[in-house]
Amino acid sequence: MINRDLVIVGGGPAGMAAALAAHESGVRDILLLERDQYLGGILNQCVHTGFGLEYFKEVLTGPEYAGRFIKKVTGIPEIEVSLRSFVVDLKKDKVVTFLKPGSFERVKAKALIMATGCRERTREMVHIAGTRPAGVFSAGLAQKLVNIEGLLPGRQVVIVGSGDIGLIMARRFTLEGAQVKAVLEIQKESRGLVRNMVQCIKDFDIPFYCRHKIARIHGNERVERVSVVRVDDSLAPVPGSEFEIACDTVLISVGLIPENELVEMAGVALDRETNGPLSREVNMTSLPGVFVCGNAFKVYDVADAVSRDSRLAGLKAAEYLRSLS
Amino acid sequence: MMLYDVVIIGAGIVGTSLARALSRYRLSVALLEKEEELAFGVSKSNSGIIHPGTQHPRHSLKGRLCVRGNRLIRKISRELGVDFKEVGELIVVFKEEELPRLAQLQEEARALGVPKLRIVDRSWLRAHEPHLSHQALAALYAPTAGIISPYRLVYDMAENALRNGVEIYPRKKVSQIACRAGERCFDVATSGGAFRARTVINAAGLYADEISRMAGIDSFRIRPRKGEEFILDKKKEHLTRHLLFPLPSKTSKGILVIRTADGNPMIGPTCHDLDDKEDLSTSEEGLREVLEGVRQMIPSISARDIIAYFAGLRPVAGEDFIIRHEEKAPGFINVAGIQSPGLTAAPAIAEYVCGILKTRGLILKKKRVFRRHRKRTVHLFAVPFSRTERLVKKDPSYGDIVCRCEMVSAKEVRDAIERGATTLDGIKFRTRAQAGRCHGSFCTTRLMKILAASTGQPLTQITKKGPGSEIVRQERGRDQ
Amino acid sequence: MKRDLICIECPAGCALTVDITDGRVTAVSGNQCPKGEGYAHAEIEDPRRILTSTVLAEGASLRMVPVRTDCPIPRRALFEAMGEIKKLKVRRPVRAGDVLVENLSGLGVNLVATRDSL
Repeated sequence: MINRDLVIVGGGPAGMAAALAAHESGVRDILLLERDQYLGGILNQCVHTGFGLEYFKEVLTGPEYAGRFIKKVTGIPEIEVSLRSFVVDLKKDKVVTFLKPGSFERVKAKALIMATGCRERTREMVHIAGTRPAGVFSAGLAQKLVNIEGLLPGRQVVIVGSGDIGLIMARRFTLEGAQVKAVLEIQKESRGLVRNMVQCIKDFDIPFYCRHKIARIHGNERVERVSVVRVDDSLAPVPGSEFEIACDTVLISVGLIPENELVEMAGVALDRETNGPLSREVNMTSLPGVFVCGNAFKVYDVADAVSRDSRLAGLKAAEYLRSLS
Repeated sequence: MMLYDVVIIGAGIVGTSLARALSRYRLSVALLEKEEELAFGVSKSNSGIIHPGTQHPRHSLKGRLCVRGNRLIRKISRELGVDFKEVGELIVVFKEEELPRLAQLQEEARALGVPKLRIVDRSWLRAHEPHLSHQALAALYAPTAGIISPYRLVYDMAENALRNGVEIYPRKKVSQIACRAGERCFDVATSGGAFRARTVINAAGLYADEISRMAGIDSFRIRPRKGEEFILDKKKEHLTRHLLFPLPSKTSKGILVIRTADGNPMIGPTCHDLDDKEDLSTSEEGLREVLEGVRQMIPSISARDIIAYFAGLRPVAGEDFIIRHEEKAPGFINVAGIQSPGLTAAPAIAEYVCGILKTRGLILKKKRVFRRHRKRTVHLFAVPFSRTERLVKKDPSYGDIVCRCEMVSAKEVRDAIERGATTLDGIKFRTRAQAGRCHGSFCTTRLMKILAASTGQPLTQITKKGPGSEIVRQERGRDQ
Repeated sequence: MKRDLICIECPAGCALTVDITDGRVTAVSGNQCPKGEGYAHAEIEDPRRILTSTVLAEGASLRMVPVRTDCPIPRRALFEAMGEIKKLKVRRPVRAGDVLVENLSGLGVNLVATRDSL
């Protein structure tokens, strides 16, 4: 069994910031595990600006912001980056089992930082009635298809949820030549940053409906149309308010869920409501020496805040390692 | 044109079971399926329950073939390398006045030949089903009930039939059947060419009545009966140990609480007659009905535990299965109205149909070599890490994880494509990639690229379940 | 005349009130920093946006390279600029910061890569 001082799971902005901070604080043996083929995490598909205002005092796109960290991380020999590495098991004693093409590895970490990010809430979790055709995407998957693969998921789009990802994709689809026919928000006002309402919705005159939701998706092979309904204060449908929108694509942008299934395997207590770790202090968990940072800890609005808090996780992990010796 | 001994129309669990059964004899057999892939009709919505044979009238085909099928599936699943778990079934009652009905069910089942039945009491239930409501009074316990993956069974059955010489043709929708006057010969026209056969077996599920009419037999109607099912997070798998049933009604076995072969609890189905054979939509009312229905059984279930839902359509022809040779169209066999317990009965239906064929002019001579065994499909999620380590050493692409939620490797995905998956749904049913908690948000792009590379198609032609369900509209850099 | 605007220079999104006379901004209030004043002038007299998108990269292991205009372009020119971007194909390896197109659509701004083509 190979022993490592610090193992970090996740090579996005959280994991990288934690790695750099731990190294600055004296940790000299860091293994950074990233499941994708490149570092940067979700920032690789966030081609828009809005990053770095606080952290670097500049207006940067997601890839540029990630690039700053990637450059530093790859320049430090004591941070070993292992790409295409997927953690399949985590034990209470901090034994990490991971797979990569061609190898099955097991390491024992003295300290562990989980920077595993979020997954999106899906259509299934919010019970949207109707058929199950092609053309229903989570907003993040649509973003990946457009920005990483150069594919256009659809031509007439209805977006459910006015969180930032939904708003950003409303603009992205419009710029790529699709028609965004509506953005529907079930609450009485938009959930995303106000600036995104301006530069994503108002700029393109996209119809925005507050207090509305999809009652039903129609279409057997591919989405054909949606039935939309207004809701009252208790979020119940208002009878007689139903109307239809013809479309071939539905984007679901109704929230993010911290990914903590791995850390739960190790016995870390999770908050049933948020799926984040139960903790009295930021980044700490119920297991000594196991830290969670970034979106896996709680859902952040701005990447700069992720980097700021993840630095803390790196510093705490360094402190923990010092306390062991 | 080739004259087949047998053409089977419909490649769900019945069609593929028939194909495998017939493949042990020296016959030329073709299996036709109208959808893009096998099991894409009725079978994909099956819950996977292997019924013991309770709840069917003694002299019914449903009853007899269910009991026989329950016995046969054990050997067949071993031969095919599919997991069958005998978890047992409990038909639970909550009121004193329901006890006589329970006893009656037990008697009828015993007469049918269902083994090891007994009535268990409150204290047994408390001990063996801790999450079952404390209002539960008693239950009929049938230990021989079990659970299996319905679509993995279809695919593995088909693969074995293929290996033993059956020709399998997806994307062939039958449009016309002509019987040659005086000859025992059918001309079957399809959307993808014609087939000629001495015997035609109609296993066309929801469309069995239309196929039967094409052969000149208009004696039954198939009415779709919708059932909505709701899948719970795997974290709730402790909620039930056995398959939990209420007392059955006239039309259905009721709203159940079970655990599927993949480990997720599942609640449902509802039961509503429809006119539209394509209506697979789920509804708010369906959700409410199911939650109401299970509340009595397992009070702790809530809507927040639900992570997925789908609907299926039962092909109902009447009270019982219709399995018969049609004298007015010699050589045409109807296997229609195969709703529950269709999955359980399937191997017995195949056996029964072989019996019919023997008496109706088909010589069934056994092949000298029948390759009855199939090597079990490798699923990383089902093997211990020691095995995973060996697999990765043998083939590096076992270490290339594509689906994070269910731990599915690129090797498994490519194997599924080699074994016939041409769509994202086909990959999902064979490997479980996209069936986990993120529902494909993470793995879809990679799966599309692997499919495109394996089939040589552009990404814009990759579909969810066949033509018309393409995932994306356009690719940058390629002209539309 | 008065107009209400939301400043988009940073996530704060200050609610601005702008006095306009003859199409020109005469007074700005509600901004928490000087950028707000600059934004108000630009938004009324000459609204501009930074355009971000992707460009096809042939031969690279990742199909698309993310790009941005190095300066904001007029809002009304966004679709014209997108039209040119969608036709682009980059054939050589690219580094973050490389200028891919000079004077995009004659707008006097450059199109710049925001990541290395991997």
